[in-house]
Amino acid sequence: MNKTFEAKDVNLAGINSSLLEVNIGPQHPSTHGVFRMNAVLDGEVIVSLKPVMGYLHRNHEQIAENMSYAASMPYTDRLDYFNSMSNNLGYALSVEKLAGLEVPERAEYIRVIMAELTRLINHIAVIGFLLNDLGAFFTPVLYAFREREKILDIFEEISGSRMMCNYLRFGGVKRDLSPAILERIRGVVTAFPRFLDEFETLLTKNEILCMRCQNVGVLSPELAINASITGPLLRASGVNYDIRKVDGYSVYPRFQFKVPLGPKGDVYDRYYVRILEMRESLKILDQALNTIPAGEIMSKKMIPFLKSPRNFKPPVGEAYARVESPKGELGFYVVSDGTPQPWRYHVRAPSFINLTILEDMCLGQKVADAIIILGSVDIVLGEVDR
Amino acid sequence: MMYFGEGVVKGMMVTLKAFVASYFKGPEDGGLFTVEYPEQRLPEKENFRNFPFLIYDNTPDNLRCVACDICAKECPPKCIYIVREFDKDNKPLKRPAVFNIDHTVCMNCGICEEACPFDAIYMDHNFEIASAERNENLLFRKDKLLKSNEYFHKIRPTDATAIDERRAAAEAKKKAAEAAAAQKAAAAQAAPKPAAPGTTTPPAAEPPKTV
Repeated sequence: MNKTFEAKDVNLAGINSSLLEVNIGPQHPSTHGVFRMNAVLDGEVIVSLKPVMGYLHRNHEQIAENMSYAASMPYTDRLDYFNSMSNNLGYALSVEKLAGLEVPERAEYIRVIMAELTRLINHIAVIGFLLNDLGAFFTPVLYAFREREKILDIFEEISGSRMMCNYLRFGGVKRDLSPAILERIRGVVTAFPRFLDEFETLLTKNEILCMRCQNVGVLSPELAINASITGPLLRASGVNYDIRKVDGYSVYPRFQFKVPLGPKGDVYDRYYVRILEMRESLKILDQALNTIPAGEIMSKKMIPFLKSPRNFKPPVGEAYARVESPKGELGFYVVSDGTPQPWRYHVRAPSFINLTILEDMCLGQKVADAIIILGSVDIVLGEVDR
Repeated sequence: MMYFGEGVVKGMMVTLKAFVASYFKGPEDGGLFTVEYPEQRLPEKENFRNFPFLIYDNTPDNLRCVACDICAKECPPKCIYIVREFDKDNKPLKRPAVFNIDHTVCMNCGICEEACPFDAIYMDHNFEIASAERNENLLFRKDKLLKSNEYFHKIRPTDATAIDERRAAAEAKKKAAEAAAAQKAAAAQAAPKPAAPGTTTPPAAEPPKTV
């Protein structure tokens, strides 16, 4: 039942057939945005598949080189619009590294709490959409969105916007968390495991899901490392690489958490690794909420620049900082020439690099499987094309 | 050991439970949580931000903006356009003649309100700005942007109160400084005139010679 068909398995002797080229996308619900898969089919089997991107290119890097450092912060929200807080964190870390800024402890804790809440949002939504691609139309997505909404409400309360948060600042965060908000976050964190259990009852052992996902789109650990895949996609292939552990940025080394790994690297492992990662995120959130210290939320050095971001001039140099965003390694490379604008600004977008492996995972699979493999890669086109 | 199909059946029980709960339970216990928007609305959150507006005190002529152009320079997508007002003698006045914000360009980031040194521009709560025409209706001119301080108090009471207190304190400080300066000037005037003719004044110290 689980045997996957290779292109060579198909016996074409005596049949006068030719290969069929199909463009899936750019306007197609299963491509999660304006993304095109240029697939060559032999019957229903994929012989070649080229990802075509660039439909949502917005010149983000060039725009950022023409404005002050702080003014790029709202633009990073729009990279991966599901996880604006993680994007803010990556950019803030890189500029702080460039300028040698210290961040107050409370701000670091707030940042970790926000980054982990974003991970919950992203993973729950991506699993929902993966199920959408599988044909479980909108029931899991809406269950996921019900929980996501509670976290987005918290984001709206503290940052002013549900998705385009623009909450982090260099050297701290924009607004302090009141005890009432911390209590609400705690409420979400305590209620979330119950929802996850329900979600898993719905999905994890579902025979249809297992048959569709197991042994589909297998990515070997060697190939994943060679293609510099990061994030849940890499860990589902069994490679223990989590930047929160490897780099230990922010205050992550203080928290106890495990890095879930998948045994095979198929679509099912990617689904399950995300579920387990959410449970680990909840552990981090729990520890962070229990140990969050009182104190400042902005570095004293940066307070004058809040009113005049144009006067912020980091010293000449370059810095690369990376975070474990929910999709993988999100890195920001900033070069300063001493002016208020970055001389070079580059984003290492995880879903862009994770997409490069799409053809290798899809070869020999059916068209319907290519759709769920793309769904399991977890792309957001705002980040792929930036 | 699971028999084949158990996972599906158990999953169906979850959806059945949600289906039944949607009729008998409240939004907190797994019931319907959707809000039917135009008729029902969620409570507004105080920090919610959408599109800036200009604050005036008491009367619309008394707006806080001094046309310093800082927000226009800090704005990431450059959606603010300001022209300073001049009087008859071509002397610059401390207020804008033109203040336009293009809603089609604005991305609601809130950097203008952070950068403004005069507490003049703040983010609004109004999000129902949709229009069928994009040139006139979505280009917000000064008269359309002006809103009173009372409105600001209504939508964001905490921030507005803090800002009013800060402004009142600054005003009091300024007045006190002015009063002190006036007093000093008066004291200087009242002081006896020094150096009546005939008295010897000590010679000024000679400046040190530089080699």
